[in-house]
Amino acid sequence: MGAKSSQRIRPVENYDSAHFWQGLRDGKLLIQECGACGLRRHPPQPMCEQCQSLDWTTVESSGRGTIYSYTVIHYPEIPPFEYPNAIVLVDLDEGVRLASQLRGADPDDIAIGQRVIAKLVDVQDDLTLPVFEIAP
Amino acid sequence: MSRTTDRQAVIVGIGATEFSKDSGRTELRLACEASRSALEDAGIPGAEVDGVSTFSMDNNFEIDVHRQVGGHELRFFSRTEYGGGAALGPFHHAYCALAAGQCQTVLIYRGMNERSGLRFGGGQIMNMNALNPDMIHFSHYFPSGFMTPASWIAMTARRYMHEYGATSEDFGRIAVSMRDFASTNPAAFYYERPITLDDHQNSRMIADPLRLFDCCQESDGAVAFVVTTAERARDLDVDGVRIAAVRQCALPSSRQVTPFYGDDIARFPEFDAMAGDLYETAGLQPDDIDVACLYDHFTPSILPQLEAFGFCKTGEAADFVRDGHISRGGRIPVNTNGGQIGEAYIHGLNGVAEIVRQLRGTSVNQVAGADHALVTAGAGVPTGAAILSRMEA
Repeated sequence: MGAKSSQRIRPVENYDSAHFWQGLRDGKLLIQECGACGLRRHPPQPMCEQCQSLDWTTVESSGRGTIYSYTVIHYPEIPPFEYPNAIVLVDLDEGVRLASQLRGADPDDIAIGQRVIAKLVDVQDDLTLPVFEIAP
Repeated sequence: MSRTTDRQAVIVGIGATEFSKDSGRTELRLACEASRSALEDAGIPGAEVDGVSTFSMDNNFEIDVHRQVGGHELRFFSRTEYGGGAALGPFHHAYCALAAGQCQTVLIYRGMNERSGLRFGGGQIMNMNALNPDMIHFSHYFPSGFMTPASWIAMTARRYMHEYGATSEDFGRIAVSMRDFASTNPAAFYYERPITLDDHQNSRMIADPLRLFDCCQESDGAVAFVVTTAERARDLDVDGVRIAAVRQCALPSSRQVTPFYGDDIARFPEFDAMAGDLYETAGLQPDDIDVACLYDHFTPSILPQLEAFGFCKTGEAADFVRDGHISRGGRIPVNTNGGQIGEAYIHGLNGVAEIVRQLRGTSVNQVAGADHALVTAGAGVPTGAAILSRMEA
């Protein structure tokens, strides 16, 4: 079954991905960058698919990007989320795509191509996520 | 002229349980019932089954089904990953195993209580173990409440609308067409219950742009097949359906139902990559295909499939649907059983069964003179596709 009714499912944090989740708790949205060829990638994975290097570092994202696609979820209503729940795929300015929630926008006003900015939000104890808002 | 070789894979038996919302029995019993029916249909005793194949998210062991249908020794067994995207994996495996002489009779099954048991649409994950690759993968979505197949495929559908100008009404016409086929199929859950485009437009929003009637059902039931060599099939008193071409496809952009990172997510590029190969292997062209079952977990997914397999040009599928070409009496009737939207959601296998009936000439919504058919597995996942042909065609 899914999460306890009042809690979000926590992500797996392993050797490949712990930097991403710890980075969020530390107030940074970190993107993996290949230490050999420089290709940026998200979600995290251990090997560069372009040059097969296992060396990688991170770059800190500005959180700014452009909506590539989106959905507004109405059903089923899964605790503890509030509905409608808008989810955006954002092309970050650093060159990778990231999925997360969009807050504070009227669902009818969301559009592909809109500029957004991520705020790092402590959504529950020990879980920080990037949550997008329409850029001012 | 038949291109059939002696060891080419031929589907000689199909079986199914009823499709319901609460089967009242275990998934294993469902799988056994459908498997026994498929063997009876083929006229092959269970003792001859020496290969078994299913795909991931089926909760029944191959050996348990094999034992209960009376099997003696299993020489070949396989299970393909990626859920509905794997619906043709067992046929691909059977095709290869039979051609290589690894076995003689392959039983394929999928049995599930997907409505009365664990509902895929409910936002649950089957395995929360931190070592499970699903759990690792979905870690980037579930914490945001991005948890359902409808919401994931909504992302690709939204992008298709943006790229090609398709509308919710275009999706609705697909639903109307499939519910029309279902309305005359007594095996369909939505038998005698067609809908109008207004019904579709008034159905509740699930994950914008997907409305309720854009979504496949959640169903209990099982479907099974018996596949053997052409040489063996000729000795049976059945209308065999040969697997003229089958393959699977995954690309670097492929993900587990969340294909968000490719250059163009409006399309399902696996289908674009497979189509040419399949036609070449079968020695056929799009014009030769008489009927199709295209994977319809959600209506928008039909559109890029029609384009990928050459029934219309890229970006023109919505017009193709609007002109009635995939509907009853159309150029290429799609999902004549009602699809997973109208008949039942058995993870793609009920579509394969409908194609077998079409090529046997026994569908309740029969396309006259159907010789060749296309069937696809799940969209938005690593997937597969096949061209099936009448034995003599």
